[in-house]
Amino acid sequence: MTTPTAVALEDAKVAFRLGDGRVYTAVEKAHLTVAQGEFVAIVGPTGCGKSTLLNVAAGLLKPAAGSVRIFDRPLAGLNRDAGYLFQADALFPWKTALDNVAIGLEIKGTPRTDALPRAQKWLTSVGLGAFAGRYPHMLSGGQRKRVALAQVLIRDPKILLMDEPFGPLDAQTRQVMGNLLLDLWNADRKAVLFVTHDLEEAIALADRVVIMSAGPSSRIIGDWRVSLPRPRDIFEVRLDKEFHALHREIWSVLKDEVMKGYAQSTHAAEAV
Amino acid sequence: MSRPTLLALQILVAVVCIVLWQVLSTVPVFGKILLPPFFFSNPFDVFSQIVKWFSSGVIWKHLGITLAESILAFVIGSLGGVLVGFWFARQPLVAAVFDPYVKMVNALPRVVLAPIFALWLGLGIWSKVALGVTLVFFIVFFNVYQGVKEVSRTVLDNGRMLGMSERQLMQHVYWPSALSWMFSSLHTSVGFAVVGAVVGEYLGSAAGLGYLIQQAEGVFDVAGVFAGMFVLSAFVILIDFGVTLVERRLLVWRPAASDGRG
Repeated sequence: MTTPTAVALEDAKVAFRLGDGRVYTAVEKAHLTVAQGEFVAIVGPTGCGKSTLLNVAAGLLKPAAGSVRIFDRPLAGLNRDAGYLFQADALFPWKTALDNVAIGLEIKGTPRTDALPRAQKWLTSVGLGAFAGRYPHMLSGGQRKRVALAQVLIRDPKILLMDEPFGPLDAQTRQVMGNLLLDLWNADRKAVLFVTHDLEEAIALADRVVIMSAGPSSRIIGDWRVSLPRPRDIFEVRLDKEFHALHREIWSVLKDEVMKGYAQSTHAAEAV
Repeated sequence: MSRPTLLALQILVAVVCIVLWQVLSTVPVFGKILLPPFFFSNPFDVFSQIVKWFSSGVIWKHLGITLAESILAFVIGSLGGVLVGFWFARQPLVAAVFDPYVKMVNALPRVVLAPIFALWLGLGIWSKVALGVTLVFFIVFFNVYQGVKEVSRTVLDNGRMLGMSERQLMQHVYWPSALSWMFSSLHTSVGFAVVGAVVGEYLGSAAGLGYLIQQAEGVFDVAGVFAGMFVLSAFVILIDFGVTLVERRLLVWRPAASDGRG
């Protein structure tokens, strides 16, 4: 392949020490690459460690074994090339929407007078131009996600890491946000690693869908290429025949893992 | 209920109380005055006392002294509380070592410190300021400590991923969070600053509202005691109103639902 690899996890293993001294292996020997300009979605049952894997790529977590390479350089500390979109609300509640977006630039030393107009532009491009002066608590969940997206994108990161970013939103808002994300991504194709538990969302958005097995010690058990044409419209693509065929194929693998993961979590609940 | 009705009812309560007080302390019921003037005075005397204070201008000096003491106690106590709260929250070891002593000092009724402060700092304003500071400090300290500790993990991670240095995290994350907690306890801490000042004056001083009340009490001038109390109440309400204005300005970003803190 000629395009450089944006993210490469090689045999990454992630383990946590539990309170009682035992070691819990969340992810075992994960091998995952994201090429430059590629949109990769990770799908897996609840508790399979997909967010963990994302945190490893972000540098928020250190793998117990294996290596993380970002643009062919080993990752030390936080991943400075990446922007991270969190599942939970991560905006600064004491800053207005405009200030929340501008801060991404101000941190790098951009003077406020330059940062504010650019932040306003980004707010407009996520459809919130008129909400610049609002504080996060005055915005709806979907609007907060839009601000968060602008906050991350204004820094122009080379890699976008997304941890079930639209998870807390209702079904319609998720689709609208998905389309917005695709539109913005189409403009300058960053490498994206997108974690979700929603297979349909994954296929509709991504170039590749990676499936993880149920935890603990979960592994990557499948890797599908999605060749649906771009630009896509999430509402339309779901009606596509190819979409359905792919969905059926991946789901046949994912279903067993979901059942396993579900059994495990109910089991664990009974043990407690 | 509409605002004017509410206001009318509120005024009605005051009017009923004052009229009852006036009647019971001047008109005999079954040949007996229920509120002997020596112990209860009467609203008219209390009111004329207040008018006398303001018309002669003596009250301004006392109000000014109490206000100065309250402000100093609030500023010094808050400053100390913010600094130590921050320090403890960022250095868990320090916090753990000092924990029992902080609890011990906080459990102490601060009034017992007044004689010591009077000995150390004399009968001027500084012994009152010191008493106020010991009250304000702990409220601010606990709130700031909590504020720094309870910064959301996600917001912190977000700051880090956006590239914030430790110093920038301090400025954009820890500091606003701690301040929001401090401001949410503003009413309490300002109230305690006044309490410290007045109690200190009452226990030994040469000026201030507490001194005025204590002097009146010393000569069994009950009208003077009540007059002092009313002036003090009005003073505190005015300050509290000011605090509300400041708070509204500073905490615009916070949802109204979480008003219960502090």
